Amino acid sequence: MRERKAQVWGLLAPTLFLMFAIGVVPVIYILYLSAFKYNVFSRVGMVYTGFNNFRKLVFDADFLKSLRLGLTFVVLCCGIELPLGLLIANLLTLEFRGKGLFRTIMTLPLAMAPITIGSMWVLLMNPDIGPIPFYLRKLGIEYNIGVNPTQAFFTTVLVDIWHWTPFVVLTFMAGLSALPKQPYEAALVDGANRWQVFRYITIPLLKPVILTTLFIRIMDTFRVFDEVWMLTSGGPGTATRYVSIHLVRLVLQSMEYGYSSAMSLFLLYLTIVMCWLLMTFISSSQEAT
Amino acid sequence: MQRKTLRLVLVYLVCILIAAFTLFPIYWMFVVSARTKLEVFSGPKLIQTSFYAFNYYRPFFRDIYGRYLVNSLIIASGNTLLVVSLAILATYAFSRFRVPGSSNLFFWTITNRMAPPAVFIVPFFLIFTRLGLRDTRIGMILLYCIFNLPFAIWLLKGMIDSIPKELDEAAYIDGCSLLGVLWNVILPLAKPGIMTTAILTWIFAWNEYLFAAILTSVNARTITTGLAEFVTVIGTNWGEMAAVSVVCLIPAVVFIGIAQRHIIAGLTFGAVKD
Repeated sequence: MRERKAQVWGLLAPTLFLMFAIGVVPVIYILYLSAFKYNVFSRVGMVYTGFNNFRKLVFDADFLKSLRLGLTFVVLCCGIELPLGLLIANLLTLEFRGKGLFRTIMTLPLAMAPITIGSMWVLLMNPDIGPIPFYLRKLGIEYNIGVNPTQAFFTTVLVDIWHWTPFVVLTFMAGLSALPKQPYEAALVDGANRWQVFRYITIPLLKPVILTTLFIRIMDTFRVFDEVWMLTSGGPGTATRYVSIHLVRLVLQSMEYGYSSAMSLFLLYLTIVMCWLLMTFISSSQEAT
Repeated sequence: MQRKTLRLVLVYLVCILIAAFTLFPIYWMFVVSARTKLEVFSGPKLIQTSFYAFNYYRPFFRDIYGRYLVNSLIIASGNTLLVVSLAILATYAFSRFRVPGSSNLFFWTITNRMAPPAVFIVPFFLIFTRLGLRDTRIGMILLYCIFNLPFAIWLLKGMIDSIPKELDEAAYIDGCSLLGVLWNVILPLAKPGIMTTAILTWIFAWNEYLFAAILTSVNARTITTGLAEFVTVIGTNWGEMAAVSVVCLIPAVVFIGIAQRHIIAGLTFGAVKD
């Protein structure tokens, strides 16, 4: 038995070692760096400042703005994608020819590299060569995501919708096809109309899938980086400077490693808390039903 | 009867609309990749009849993008190999034996996957610089384990859990060692699951951008990072950028053909089965 136990740890050892080295050590390092003022260009090197970085973080208007912008982006994207996905999936419950092909098309954006999606939309939106600004100009609308902050913001939302609505539709389709048939037959006998069936049977039964999808979408939109970076790099001005982009720009431009670490730590903390809250919420609502 | 026909027409209409919305950007990318500079700038015509193959030839054979492509292939494949082999070993331990802390495995997987990658760039930049791993392929192969390894363990756990325990016990009685059981019993039975895991891992590693952009410069630069380099102040060669994007897209399309049914299960951590 003892021999077996040693073997189990032998199986786990490489994974634990690797995950410790790349998963735990960086977090400890962030924790350590966040207590210092550490700028690559300064001559004094690292200076211990205690909680100063965090004090600075709380009053950092740019950071708070990026946080607010990021959360607006999350709310807007999820608020559009989930209802839209639910609507489409609900419409497509019946069997028809070409459903398989439709699903294959919907899977395409999911496997594409986000950076490719960014460059693809750059090709569409560029004021010199893109068809969208070209045709909008014919309608009398000046469209330039490099200049107009509102347009840039809603363009990133549109790109996110393009990228992830298929995911929502496919999860909901999978969820719907796994639902029991019996409640629907009972409702049919009772003479419920289409809306009532949707509201009182589909939604409650599908609730676990809806919540899981919402959870994944919230976390993914919160950390969005690649597409937006390729499309606008956070500009014009600070219009699309979501948290990840703000952090990366800060690291690349100011080289303030201490302060950036404090910000990273805060974001990591925020992510873990959000994950934990949402997962508790999901499991408690599953017990309730 | 008539209502049913009406609904079917509606369904087809919606499907065609969504498919068009999804496919048009991809179509446009192909169109631009087939155009000369002159054609690109002479107004966005929606139909393309000629094909300018030089856009595909020059970046890969006359510029550095061929090397980037090879780097991407090596890094993604190396990472997949490492992740899958480590994950099989670890998952077997998690699945068959009581490991302290294994009840937190799911939360660990989720937070590793959901944490913004931007959070880790400062420590990785400093650590990799110190260890001399910056701008090396081996560094990137190790690094991508941070999000792929927990994910692979989580995906494989469901599959190895479903293999009856009696099978490996019988093999032990027949005198198999632990590794023998893994090799002769678990591996053949979990093969479809391992394939799916490998494909998803490969796609994630291939698609990764931020770490590669920060931690590589010339030697280990990947194709996604190269793609982001196209937009420069002196102007962008749009045709070539589109061509590189298309090449970057190809593996995704190929793997969709193989693993389409498992992508949703993979992306929702097995919460939704297709």
